[in-house]
Amino acid sequence: MKHFPAVEVIRQEMVAPDCYRLHLFAPEISASAKPGQFLHIRITPGLEPLLRRPFSVHAADRQKGEVAVLYRVVGRGTRLLAEKKKGETLDVMGPLGRGFTLPAPGQKAALVAGGIGIAPLFFLLQTLAGLKNSVHVLLGARVAKELLLIREIGAYKPSLMVATDDGSRGRRGPVTELLRELLAERKADRVYACGPTAMLKTVAALLQKHGVDGELSLEERMGCGVGACLSCVCKTSSKDGTSFAYRRVCLEGPVFPARDVIW
Amino acid sequence: MNKPNLTVDIAGLRLKNPVLTASGTFGFGSEYAPFVDLNRLGGIVVKGLTLEPRLGNPPPRMVETPAGILNSIGLQNPGVDCFLAEHLPFLRQFATPVIANIAGNSLQEYVAVAEKLTGASGIAALEVNISCPNVKRGGLQFGADPSAAAQVTRAVKKATTLPVIVKLSPNVTSIGEVARAVAEAGADALSLINTLAGMTIDIRRRRPALGNITGGLSGPAIRPVAVRAVWEVYQAVKLPIIGMGGIVCAADALEFIMAGARAVAVGTANFLNPGATMEILSGIERFLEENEIGDINELVGIAHE
Repeated sequence: MKHFPAVEVIRQEMVAPDCYRLHLFAPEISASAKPGQFLHIRITPGLEPLLRRPFSVHAADRQKGEVAVLYRVVGRGTRLLAEKKKGETLDVMGPLGRGFTLPAPGQKAALVAGGIGIAPLFFLLQTLAGLKNSVHVLLGARVAKELLLIREIGAYKPSLMVATDDGSRGRRGPVTELLRELLAERKADRVYACGPTAMLKTVAALLQKHGVDGELSLEERMGCGVGACLSCVCKTSSKDGTSFAYRRVCLEGPVFPARDVIW
Repeated sequence: MNKPNLTVDIAGLRLKNPVLTASGTFGFGSEYAPFVDLNRLGGIVVKGLTLEPRLGNPPPRMVETPAGILNSIGLQNPGVDCFLAEHLPFLRQFATPVIANIAGNSLQEYVAVAEKLTGASGIAALEVNISCPNVKRGGLQFGADPSAAAQVTRAVKKATTLPVIVKLSPNVTSIGEVARAVAEAGADALSLINTLAGMTIDIRRRRPALGNITGGLSGPAIRPVAVRAVWEVYQAVKLPIIGMGGIVCAADALEFIMAGARAVAVGTANFLNPGATMEILSGIERFLEENEIGDINELVGIAHE
């Protein structure tokens, strides 16, 4: 089963203004979750808000049986979630969806995160730490204080580069400028990205230009989370490449090969 | 006291209990198999099928509304042939009747889909969708007009030996009148209601929130509308009714049964709680036991007495 009606909240921490990390005690999920997969969380047993909310698995501690999600408060659901305290329970489905494909031995990986997009990439970074691949992390945000988890990312010793829109830390400008240079210098063989749509679109275009493979973690409003309702679709190229198909972000994603997504 | 009887008969189709899944909310069954014991369902009503594959509407396809959701999927489906080849074999493993929901752009398409399904083993009945609010053709154009609804019903009846269940729309002046028309045309049972037409505006973008502009409202928000529709149709015709519209718990299901539904379908609630159908089923059973009612059929339409 992948449905756990009473998952205990271990702790909740504010990691930046309006950004929270929620730690849950869920040994089965922790044992089986792969980077890029998500949890579908029912925030209240009542009818407001009605639907579950999807959150990427942000970290897993298999020894402690814990998983974490990282989120920004953007509406009613996340506002209610931010009020959850240690000892309370949540109804969780997961892990769901298709995650990232790990790099082949020797491939240089680049992780490109825009804002809260670091959520699934941090779990990927944790997983890559057990492998021998060299890892670049490119972290972008509007302003320095919105750069999330810099110290924790640093603990995994990737090559870390930072960009902010206002230049308050690191390079001034979009994080994709850092990727442009990395690709030009042939320092990445496989790219993983999560962030705002405009950023992902630029990442996909850069990957195509340089002939580098990559995967994008997409976000879409979800209904069921298991592929039944066909609400959370994204436009992708069809298998024969002649037309397009709507694929389900919850089941066939949320991670898609960058070249498959039609913008 | 013995266990109460939960079996119901819908147009000659014997269901082991009255709890079905609503079309479009349960995929082709396999999606929910990790969460629900499909053998325990009264029946599985699959996603609407058309003759050719349909891409569906552009996203966004769903927005949350007060106690409801507005969707505009647009009948995305792989086509009836793909369903028969790739999805039906999975469903045949279970001791649960499969009801195929069908839609079409034209009378001929309804007939062609019905014929393909009739020959297949593992289909227990057809549910004829003449009430989808999210497609330009093949939806409400048939369901909103009693004579067009009757025409589709007659054509499908002629094309199949399976029980024909016609799914009615609430987006009409008199649902009772449409029910009478399809009953006279030979329908074996009715399902109601499909979603209510609605829309929301995203004030930040100053545009309709859905890619398709309008959508169909479902969820607890529409339940009183649906109960009223079942009540009216129960008085209008003698056909068995499958009631649906915002059922999330056993008490909701019992409302529909007392209004006249012989079975119920659970839709939006599957999204909130994948175990909803099972909880509703055990809740109905508990209600019967607590009230010393030996047979669910005793409650059908009891509110009219």
